[in-house]
Amino acid sequence: MSYEFLQILWFILIAVLWIGFFFLEGFDFGVGMLLPFLGKKDEERRAIINSIGSVWDGNEVWLLTAGGATFAAFPEWYATMFSGFYLALFLLLIGLIIRGVSFEYRSKDANPAWRNRFDWMIATGSFLAALLLGAAFANLARGVPINADKMFTGNLFTLLNPYGLLGGLTTVAIFLLHGANFLGLKLEGELRKRVNVFAKKLWIGATVLYIALGVFTYVAGFWSRGIVNPGIVPIAAVAALLVAGYFVNRKMEGWAFIMVALNIVLTQVTFFSMTFPNVMLSTTNPDWSLTIYNASSSQYTLTVMSIIALIFVPIVLAYQGWTYYMFRKRISADKNTLVY
Amino acid sequence: MDIVILSRLQFALTTIYHWLFVPLTLGLGWFVAFFQTRYYQTKDETWHKMAKFWGKLFLINFAIGVVTGIVQEFQFGMNWSQYSRYVGDIFGAPLAVEALVAFFMESTFLGIWIFGEGRVSEKVHLASIWLAALGSNLSALWILLANGFMQAPPANSYVFNAVKGRLELVNFFALIGNPKGWIFFWHTISDGVAMAAFLILAVSAYHIVRKQNLDFFKRSFSIASVAGLVAGVLIFLGGHTMGQYMREVQPMKLAALEAMWKTEQPASFSLLTIGDLSGKKEVWSIRIPYAMSFLSCNNFSCEVKGVDELQADAVQKYGPGDYVPLMVVTYWTFRIMMAFGFVMIAFSAFFVWANMRGDITNAKWMKWVPWVLILPYLANASGWILTEMGRQPWIVYGLLKVQDAVSPNLTPVDLLISLIGYTAVYGSLAVAMVYLMKKYAIAGPDAAMHESVDAAPMHVGSQD
Repeated sequence: MSYEFLQILWFILIAVLWIGFFFLEGFDFGVGMLLPFLGKKDEERRAIINSIGSVWDGNEVWLLTAGGATFAAFPEWYATMFSGFYLALFLLLIGLIIRGVSFEYRSKDANPAWRNRFDWMIATGSFLAALLLGAAFANLARGVPINADKMFTGNLFTLLNPYGLLGGLTTVAIFLLHGANFLGLKLEGELRKRVNVFAKKLWIGATVLYIALGVFTYVAGFWSRGIVNPGIVPIAAVAALLVAGYFVNRKMEGWAFIMVALNIVLTQVTFFSMTFPNVMLSTTNPDWSLTIYNASSSQYTLTVMSIIALIFVPIVLAYQGWTYYMFRKRISADKNTLVY
Repeated sequence: MDIVILSRLQFALTTIYHWLFVPLTLGLGWFVAFFQTRYYQTKDETWHKMAKFWGKLFLINFAIGVVTGIVQEFQFGMNWSQYSRYVGDIFGAPLAVEALVAFFMESTFLGIWIFGEGRVSEKVHLASIWLAALGSNLSALWILLANGFMQAPPANSYVFNAVKGRLELVNFFALIGNPKGWIFFWHTISDGVAMAAFLILAVSAYHIVRKQNLDFFKRSFSIASVAGLVAGVLIFLGGHTMGQYMREVQPMKLAALEAMWKTEQPASFSLLTIGDLSGKKEVWSIRIPYAMSFLSCNNFSCEVKGVDELQADAVQKYGPGDYVPLMVVTYWTFRIMMAFGFVMIAFSAFFVWANMRGDITNAKWMKWVPWVLILPYLANASGWILTEMGRQPWIVYGLLKVQDAVSPNLTPVDLLISLIGYTAVYGSLAVAMVYLMKKYAIAGPDAAMHESVDAAPMHVGSQD
């Protein structure tokens, strides 16, 4: 396999990991953010958590694998991005930490104040993580100051530009909608009715923000800097979101879920194709951008990693898919059937 | 403040903290899997309760280990970007494999185990806890192979690429066949079992003294004492092997953990050495003749090089600089680790012997046993401080120094924010964790069969 083929292959594989992460943990984050608003009674909150209980940790490993794969395949990208986005990633980590622990700890004590605190930590952590990931990706699309030594020269405030913030908020809104659709599929009774009402409102907010982000991206010319024209993909992404609105209003949660999932996937495809072959665009001087060519590992490492991925990715996909199949039943907020 | 110092401080904080929880995850998973297997075979309800009760404690501990592990995956890039650029071609691969092969397995099957009882078949439920335990231990293997490269990079695994100014992998099998990594792995997973055994011993003793659930806790106690003894001996053998390998690949660390300035043949082992204030000279010591030669090469006559000679060699090889680790740390952490390790072996041997001799229910010493829990924690932390501090000033032994590895774009303010933030969050988590661990450990097995040990949960949020 030629060196260039491997570099492109790993760019695509990392894109796939991010797409998988946004699709899967996207609804996790949404469910987490909705938790204190949607669940009024303790059993309801437990039912909401149980809808993602068996899968959220596995979903989060997609992020760890994306990080690990970036380190292995594009060490310069990993080094520049992770050190450059230092404080943003620190806050992301804090969000993930408080959220992850809270899932496990909230029911381990009956004190309502204890439970309420952990529920809000789940919501806050999920919100922080969604906001920061969205802002980070928007900044990757926009470009960040990078010098000739592949070093990020900005700070946290460089990332807090209008486009970055809009990207963050849009991600939060889309994940909220994604989470609401997922809950519509997993819950039943009163809770399901309530989440259907939520979904309608969330759809409006998400669609407005999403279209604003799309217009901003187009007007600012952010999508014509790579060598691939995303073409019809972003249009299809918008279409999927609009169609999702139709299903949300008809309470057809399955189709609504598929359409928003499609929107998330196509948005990520748009992002990665408008970036390619850059992985981090330098606003200081385009020649100093990190590309799949100057940021990648050696041909030998990429070959070894390809063989490992070829063996293990199908296995992982098989057992993760099987888990979703096994836990496909709806969850009722009935004390006698809930698992803690 | 200096960003190198702050970055090191943060790495020490996040890693030592992470490592307080991980050994228990590594070891206790196997115990829970074993108990559940016995239940599956015998249908004896006590085994069922044992899987549930120790499983609850496992999960309370696991949660913190897993979330603090995310920080580990990110902080190489965040705080050590020059390191990541220099060795990413080599070091990134085991990290990616760790996530792909081990983390997915651990998290997915643990999810099935927690939520699957009654939903999946008993066989699948049993298999899921074994796979989760295997996943945790596989993650230890991959991260230790990565760390093995930092401690003792196998000469045939890498080359220096002058154009890119970095190290590149040329032989993956040399990387994953690194003896250092495998000795670490052996030492570490047996350490996990010992850690779990001592937790079980401590909690069981608490209940045995109070004559609660005697069948349950005496059974747990006797299994843990045997496991603790076997694991303790394996840890010792792993450590002993490591010492001999260290003489070949990290002689400076070996000399520093002994605070041995002058080359000796045969070498004696220091029971207690007092150095002068500069830390460069020995003032007084009690020594066991020949012992150091035995520890580092299995015979009583070999030569063990001293710090002074090694420092002179290093200057000749790498240029001027201080190549001696902070000896007061290496010397004492080594002694704490070893002393506590031997005490653990002695205690487990005593427990096994006492158990064979007769009924231990009314043993007078039982009320002191809960205190043994402190031993593995201190030994674990000391072991890792020794291994990481003993590598100084190198981040990759002989190839890259710590001071050249840090992210140069960070400011002291960035680092202070993250350092204070981690300290506050980690501190609060520790409080919640200790509170829950204690509560569930004391509540005993019947409570573990329910949602929480407290009375019926009250309503949360608005009432309706």
